[in-house]
Amino acid sequence: MAQILTLKRRTVSTGGLSELVRSHGLTGLVRPASAHVLRSDGVGERILPVLPELRGLFPAGGLRRGSTVAVALRGPGPFGATSVLLALLAAASAAGSWCAVVGMPSLGLVAAAELGIALERLALVPDPGPEWPSVVAALLDGIDVVVAAPPGPVPATLASRLAARARQRGSVLVGYGQWTGADLVLETAGGGWSGLDQGRGRLSRRALVVSRHGRGAAARPREATVWIPRDPATPPVESAPLLEATA
Amino acid sequence: MTRMMVVWCPDWPVAAAGLIEGVSVHEPVAVLAANRVVACSPAARVEGVRRGLRKREAQSRCPRLVVLEHDEARDARAFEPVVAAVEELAPGVEVVRPGACALAARGPSRYFGSEAAAAERIVEHIAQACVVEAQIGVADGVFAAGLAARTGRLVEPGGTPAFLDGIDIAALDRPELVDLLRRLGVGTLGGFAALPAADVLGRFGLDAALAHRLAAGRDERPLAARRPPPDLDVGQTFDEPLDRVDAAAFAARQLAERLHERLAGHGLACTRLGIAAVTEHGAELYRTWRHDGLLTAAGIADRVRWQLDGWLARNRAACRSGYQPALVSERRPGAIVRLRLYPDGVVEYAGFQLRLWGDAGEERDRAHRALTRVQGMLGPDAVVTAALVGGRDPGDRIRLVPWGDERPEPAREPWPGQLHEPAPASVPREPLPVDVFDETGAPLGVTARLAVTGTPAGLVFAGPPGRRAAAVVEQITGWAGPWPVDERWWAPDEVSRRVRFQVCLADGRALLLTLESGLWSATGVYD
Repeated sequence: MAQILTLKRRTVSTGGLSELVRSHGLTGLVRPASAHVLRSDGVGERILPVLPELRGLFPAGGLRRGSTVAVALRGPGPFGATSVLLALLAAASAAGSWCAVVGMPSLGLVAAAELGIALERLALVPDPGPEWPSVVAALLDGIDVVVAAPPGPVPATLASRLAARARQRGSVLVGYGQWTGADLVLETAGGGWSGLDQGRGRLSRRALVVSRHGRGAAARPREATVWIPRDPATPPVESAPLLEATA
Repeated sequence: MTRMMVVWCPDWPVAAAGLIEGVSVHEPVAVLAANRVVACSPAARVEGVRRGLRKREAQSRCPRLVVLEHDEARDARAFEPVVAAVEELAPGVEVVRPGACALAARGPSRYFGSEAAAAERIVEHIAQACVVEAQIGVADGVFAAGLAARTGRLVEPGGTPAFLDGIDIAALDRPELVDLLRRLGVGTLGGFAALPAADVLGRFGLDAALAHRLAAGRDERPLAARRPPPDLDVGQTFDEPLDRVDAAAFAARQLAERLHERLAGHGLACTRLGIAAVTEHGAELYRTWRHDGLLTAAGIADRVRWQLDGWLARNRAACRSGYQPALVSERRPGAIVRLRLYPDGVVEYAGFQLRLWGDAGEERDRAHRALTRVQGMLGPDAVVTAALVGGRDPGDRIRLVPWGDERPEPAREPWPGQLHEPAPASVPREPLPVDVFDETGAPLGVTARLAVTGTPAGLVFAGPPGRRAAAVVEQITGWAGPWPVDERWWAPDEVSRRVRFQVCLADGRALLLTLESGLWSATGVYD
């Protein structure tokens, strides 16, 4: 790049690229190509961000495009699967990705908005009917994160076909319920509500414990805790500074 | 400059309401849009009701005023038979808007002898066929003829600029431009026409330049008309014949977006739109719509939807009556199988035009394409997006809007009685019936003074009546409430008096319970 610029202006002084950028007021616009892919926290084009508390559960530091994640309905803890799903989508949606949820008519959307999910970028197909695999496949073409909540157990062939389509299109497929063959499985590991007394108080917060297991790098079980409602001081997506143009 | 004849039906929204809803138009009737009067019947005008008044003001001037909401689809549907009646006497009728249509004056005037005779004959025929009052104006150009039709005048050839000279500038029907020109001191069409054309184009833009040509009574062929590339029309064949209005609206929107994209891709905009349909019986329907400005994407979609509405209404009416009439125009056309849009009067326009669905963005486009594909598979209501509106319970605070429809504005006002965050993560569509017991085993209730009749101790999820005996009693470890809500006490059918509780069960689950009319239900699960 510096070569091409010197052809146009012979009077480039010493100091190289950074001097040229500064002199033309282009600071912040011109970045080396590596900065585009890798931010300081590893999140870039190929990886969608997740909440800082959950980052330790993902080997890539976020949702890798083309991967399949499953959220199990029952884990060591008896409840909390919906909150795990919403926590999974929160950061990616807040950062600008489009999400779609297929087959969950009773999703609590106010809770989704409170966690940081952008409702204008969330599409819902509450009743897909028996054709839900084709609906999910059609959505994988254009939506970044697609959540599929099938009414019953999913045959392994169907699950692998949808996973292959997600990999091909670069979208993230999240299976909610009994899903086989996912790269990573998230489960609830407990976490009760606090704040209610006998006739006083109200539900104020809970510590949602999320555990993961899966294939490959995610085989070792790990746990993380998400407080709901989240601490307002930590935003869903950390805006890491881009690497500046250095000489 | 071609002599054009415009057929204008005064107070068309009122007449359409009279034809379709059966409201008597001899009574004082007013049609309102956004709380302002859009059209009123002559009886209402006598009492002092005018266009632009608010509803309350109009009702205070005329207490027995019948008030109706404006429905553009109803206007278009009712106008379709009028256009069909005019087409029987003269070919090449173009619809300007519901209530006004235009045709070339040369053919009918030659056939019936003179322009005045042709005008009389057409008005008589419309009155006989559709029981609708109409007036005709003739002048050079559609814009001037439309203004002439207000007074039923036949402007002599070449006298159009003089006719337009003294007319108020509000006749341009472009509120922002008219407001601006008024403030600059230009109050009449003559004054506007006196400005130099190049300056108007440079200062106000292309749409105003078109208006300037119209105000001068000049040739209304669009500026810089060029030979359009041949493949600008778009079409679609439907696997299932279109018979219902909502399916037609959906198809109209999709085609309109495709056409607009294609035109914008070539840097063009159109001022006339040809809509052609082929029905299942093989009948071919065609109608041209013209606009005296540039047609935006929303404008194209609206016109296609209105036209389909009109054709389908004719279908439905013929089905209902069940007999085979002799007139070709009244014979039932059938459901629509193929639809094609032809843009005409194209103008070079490279300016940024707002797309049908807001700002462009690559990810949004991709998502939009995928979502419309699913809508095509399952129907337009199957794909929804959520919007936060005002309400007290988690289920009331969300409104589901089909994808592609306008989202409501988010609520900004405080709602006393709204539940505090965090909201339940799972809100069942139908509340789950439960039974709540106190420590003695008796059902729990809440007195009128909002006192609980005992301490909540156990809860049973009431399943189907046969399995009730085997249901498990969950123990309640913590509870809070009652939080009362008394909504819409002024409307007996919609009144809702209920109290809400939050309970925590022994296994750690938390529920939002509602007690209404003595029945307990779980309206939220803090999953």
